[in-house]
Amino acid sequence: MEEIKSASSSLLASYFKDTPKSLKLIDSYMVYVLLTGLIQFVYVVIAGTFPNNAFLAGFISTISAFVLAANLRMQTNPKNASQFPTTSPERAFADFLACNLVVHFAVANFLG
Amino acid sequence: MSAETTSTVARVLKPTILILIAVVAIASRLFSIIRFESVIHEFDPWFNYRTTQHLVKNGFYEFWNWFDEKSWYPLGRVVGGTVYPGIMVTSALIHNVLHFFNFPVDIRNVCVFLAPMFSGLTAFSAYLLTKELKDSSAGLLAAAFLGVAPGYISRSVAGSYDNEGIAIFLLVFTFYLWIKAVKTGSAFFGLLTALFYFYMVSAWGGYVFITNLVPLHVFTLLLMGRYSNRLYVSYSTFYAVGTLLSMQIPFVGFQPTRTSEHMAALGVFGLIQLFAFAELVRGYVSPKQFKTLLRSGIVAVGAVSVVGLTLLSLSGVIAPFTGRFYSLYDTGYAKIHIPIIASVSEHQPTAWTSFFFDLQMLIFLFPAGVYLCFKELKDEHVFIILYSVFASYFAGVMVRLMLTLTPVVCVSAAIAYSTLLDTYLEKSEHVLASNLKGIQAQSSVTDTPASNTPATTTTEAKAGGKKAAGKGTPAKTVTKAAESESKTHAKTHSDKKRYPIFNWDSRAMVIVQLTWFLFMFAWHCTYVTSGSYSSPSIVLASRQADGSQVIIDDFREAYYWLRKNTKEDAKVLAWWDYGYQMAGMANVTTLVDNNTWNNTHIATVGKAMATSEEVSYEVLRQHDVDYVLVLFGGVIGYSGDDINKFLWMIRIAEGVYPKEVKEVDFFTPRGEYKVDHEATPTMKNSLMYKMSYYRFAELYGGNAVDHVRGARMPAEGPTLSVLDEAYTTENWLVRIYKVKDLDILGRDLKDATAFEKGKVRKTSLLKRK
Repeated sequence: MEEIKSASSSLLASYFKDTPKSLKLIDSYMVYVLLTGLIQFVYVVIAGTFPNNAFLAGFISTISAFVLAANLRMQTNPKNASQFPTTSPERAFADFLACNLVVHFAVANFLG
Repeated sequence: MSAETTSTVARVLKPTILILIAVVAIASRLFSIIRFESVIHEFDPWFNYRTTQHLVKNGFYEFWNWFDEKSWYPLGRVVGGTVYPGIMVTSALIHNVLHFFNFPVDIRNVCVFLAPMFSGLTAFSAYLLTKELKDSSAGLLAAAFLGVAPGYISRSVAGSYDNEGIAIFLLVFTFYLWIKAVKTGSAFFGLLTALFYFYMVSAWGGYVFITNLVPLHVFTLLLMGRYSNRLYVSYSTFYAVGTLLSMQIPFVGFQPTRTSEHMAALGVFGLIQLFAFAELVRGYVSPKQFKTLLRSGIVAVGAVSVVGLTLLSLSGVIAPFTGRFYSLYDTGYAKIHIPIIASVSEHQPTAWTSFFFDLQMLIFLFPAGVYLCFKELKDEHVFIILYSVFASYFAGVMVRLMLTLTPVVCVSAAIAYSTLLDTYLEKSEHVLASNLKGIQAQSSVTDTPASNTPATTTTEAKAGGKKAAGKGTPAKTVTKAAESESKTHAKTHSDKKRYPIFNWDSRAMVIVQLTWFLFMFAWHCTYVTSGSYSSPSIVLASRQADGSQVIIDDFREAYYWLRKNTKEDAKVLAWWDYGYQMAGMANVTTLVDNNTWNNTHIATVGKAMATSEEVSYEVLRQHDVDYVLVLFGGVIGYSGDDINKFLWMIRIAEGVYPKEVKEVDFFTPRGEYKVDHEATPTMKNSLMYKMSYYRFAELYGGNAVDHVRGARMPAEGPTLSVLDEAYTTENWLVRIYKVKDLDILGRDLKDATAFEKGKVRKTSLLKRK
């Protein structure tokens, strides 16, 4: 237990020290999206899934927003540059926008 | 030729070859049109054709909300919500675009030619897929193979307007995009994969194959310790976007969140999130601390997921597997539990000969290609290996799934074939010259068996045997060359030490044989396509003793009769096989059709066929039936007729009405299925038997022989009292009966008929007793 504590504290410390600002921005967005998703989930557990398509549309929209932001984070992380030789940060952002466009088009259609 | 001119020539040649392949692929599917005419084939295509007509005529909105009251009388069917609309929308789109540019093409011709057109695209996507795995020459081979492979042609000849016609293109293209996405780690390709996956979902129920294969690929890569950020990007984009898009199809609806078929994808999605998170944490802490964090993380996640899964399955949120799915894993399942699935011939297990019949030489090149994939074993090769393993298994379970196996067989056979060509056609002779000394020793060994073998190739078996004999030593050389190649992989090209085969005789022997195989393959494909897969099945052709062709057009004759001679809302009862055709061609109301969504309703029709006239008359009256239609092949020997399907009707009816219909009663005491004088009383009294053999004996003056079952029929045929014969086609293939109204004097219909025939005394005698 003690080990875990020290490990996680060093994790946090090095996170705040070593992460570029743009990535922190993305991370905060991801945390926000995660919380939105959690709120929806808790609501569904309490109130039931009645308009199931509306719930799914909302919930999946948060999931895909989270995942797409994670993609963006990975592709723009300078540490990962060698893994994505064909993807520049600008390209990554364009992909991010395109995916979000498609997802939210479907979400709007599915809300019912 | 310098290297530059070669590449210029190749740049021109490749598109030309691809276009030619597409032309060949389309042309080889046109046999049925040339022999017969431009008609829609078989059963399901007639439904697709009918809905497409509706879509073109009334627009998309009407189509989406279409409630079809002409099928499944009296229940009706919500068409918009129970179809995969992909193929209809595709052809309506093509039709509208052509009309926009003032090409007045009939929708029927769009439908007839859709599958051949898409087969050209399929060949092209096979090229792209194989190019990602090996190189463009293998790609061209794969395109050529897939263009003409009978396993794919069987479902995509002109007129076979069915979902598979476009779905195979979508399958191959989605896989190509997926591999591209994994290779580049681009979210854009992930998005494209998801979009084409959506198109696939809208087109064919076989999309489940993609939903399971792609996650399986990811899962295997994770197990192999090959997690990469590229994998994360491609899979999570594909899954998140693809799942949401697939739920837009009403027929799929919420299934991706409920049924077990889709759960693997979800699980892998969760897993890869955890992997990505762990990877992120690993970047920030020391290895030792990472280990402790990882261990505690695994324990926490494991506990949560076990509790969650137990709760979900206990509360019944996760739906059980569907029957069609079970029958994939346990081949006996359908036969025991769901006769309606087992009764469809394309759901039967595959006979081993049909592998060779459908794929010819590809089937023995296939394992070699898979082996070569194992040797490379990059991420994309793992995919092909998984695809081949699972597709082979499923193709063995269900005849129909031969279709999903064919692309991977073509791809890996192309890899094997092109590797052979690469080895034996090594063109760089300067490389040879520089390595000549090193090879000298080996070449002397290679020479001996090659020159000893005689050069004539007569039969295939001989050729195969000789190949094995002649190849003994060269094969060794190949392996050595490959080994050394892999060893020096990192070095530059000029350093590469290769030991190609350079004696012209040993080269020629292999090359000539391979070319010979290609010729055989093309010949076999054409033969199979023209012989077995090009019959429209609504028009039959047979040859007479003098070799002249006779066209048997009874189906259309009967349907046309129905269309012209019955009132508009006439209800026609027939076995479900003919439902779509009747709706499409005769425009009558049907009780059951090939959709088979309501087993009870089908069983009711089966009961009407399998019970005696009195019982069945009640069923007919209850369902407002005006006409009953049966197929009878006894005159011309057409074996797919209703008497041969009768056992399935009985089985399905027995499943729902076990008291009224019993399968045992239709077998003689010796357990035989007989229609002649040995037939059981139940059999002789059943409506199906009576309708089939009514006045059959008269046709031959009391000496009738059923040509399908080879049975000599009794001189006195069955009598009918509740039905009137309305129409029988030229070759007796289709017989239509009109259901009699209730007797105006309130008598039993049996008595009334007997009275008309002048047998009053007998009946009244019986009654007095």
